[in-house]
Amino acid sequence: MRRTVAALLRKELLVELRTLESVPGMSLFAVTTFVVFHFALNRNSVDGDLAAGILWVTLLFAAILGINRLFVADADQGGFDAFLLAPVDRSAMLIAKALTLMAYLLAFEIVAVPAFGLLLLGPSLGAAMPDLLLVLLLGDLGVAVIGTLVAALAVQTRARDLLGPLLALPLLVPIVIGGARASSPLLALGHPTAVPGRWLLTLGLYDLVFGLIAYALFDFLLED
Amino acid sequence: MPALEVEGLARHFGEREALSGVSLTLAERQTLVVFGPNGAGKSTLLRILATLLRPHAGSVKVLGSSLPDEAWAARGRLGLLGHEPLLYRELTAQENLRFHARLHDVGEERVAEALEAVAISTRAAEPLRNLSRGMVQRVAVARAVLHEPELLLLDEPYSNLDPAAIELVEPLIGPSCGRTRVICSHDPGGGLAEADAVLGLRNGRVALAANANEVQPSQIAELYR
Repeated sequence: MRRTVAALLRKELLVELRTLESVPGMSLFAVTTFVVFHFALNRNSVDGDLAAGILWVTLLFAAILGINRLFVADADQGGFDAFLLAPVDRSAMLIAKALTLMAYLLAFEIVAVPAFGLLLLGPSLGAAMPDLLLVLLLGDLGVAVIGTLVAALAVQTRARDLLGPLLALPLLVPIVIGGARASSPLLALGHPTAVPGRWLLTLGLYDLVFGLIAYALFDFLLED
Repeated sequence: MPALEVEGLARHFGEREALSGVSLTLAERQTLVVFGPNGAGKSTLLRILATLLRPHAGSVKVLGSSLPDEAWAARGRLGLLGHEPLLYRELTAQENLRFHARLHDVGEERVAEALEAVAISTRAAEPLRNLSRGMVQRVAVARAVLHEPELLLLDEPYSNLDPAAIELVEPLIGPSCGRTRVICSHDPGGGLAEADAVLGLRNGRVALAANANEVQPSQIAELYR
């Protein structure tokens, strides 16, 4: 299983490095959205609830771009069939794809979060960063698992570009709520307070539940 | 034990019946050539035998494993060469074959051997999108036989190949390869020359089933009228 996951992950990252279809697009989208918010709100800086809301909504919509592209090369170039012909555990694809999406999210957040700090955020990111990183990791994990599940379902339909976001958005709303509530005190003016533990727990539980659901369903999604 | 045993196979896509009442038996190391016009159900039959599609009725045994319940046991023992090369255009031939080698738990040395066998070694480090269709088809042949499958499922395997390339891949997928083969073909002369048994499909039903030495080219031509 580990060998198969490694092979799939290596292939995914190689394809992304060659095409640069997902991470640069997600990063550009996030930065552009921050600029749009800057002018639309007519404010030089935001903090607290508003800052957390803007950050998480932007991350969510940028993630949708990555989710929509996640299985496209496999569907269009026969990668699904090649994988299904191999005598391997099919859950390897779920794990590899979720890790791939997680890597995309982390890579684009390296650009998007500092850009948010620079373009919109009032308080400095420095002090909030360690706790914010934990919140982002928990949020990313949920987005990666749900995104992989939804992308695997949507890519097999003709309306995949539409169906992916339509299925993903409602399922990802609790992550946005949890992420925003957990981040809000960290992005407040003055000394940032500690991250609320119950929202971290909510995010962790949501990740766990969807991890189990994805593990149980993924084989059926790959079946004819 | 026969390599393939199919009895009363049916498969539909929505309302459309792609295959109905298809039965066949093929002994090990024999070659079955499937003829039929476009849309006759040849590729569907091949995808069912490859475990990629589920049969909707009838029984299908591939290399002794009943499909779909024991599909896992047949996977890895069969090689599919279909219309799509099942390769990633952005990866090189070498990267593609390494990826498949890892999926099939095959040693890295087989990758070099397979690339050598289809004479792609000198272009192995180029992304597939830079290669011609014929070259990609040669890489696809290497991919299909990389794990030394017992059963080869070949859908018009010589398409896009020039005569020299056909000669090159003959030892891998041709009559001398020593594997059980199912070939979909539109070439009555070439197909019959390779066949031990012939299956003719029309509108998803068996229109011709016989040993190759009992079949006349005119019978195959009749399938396309």
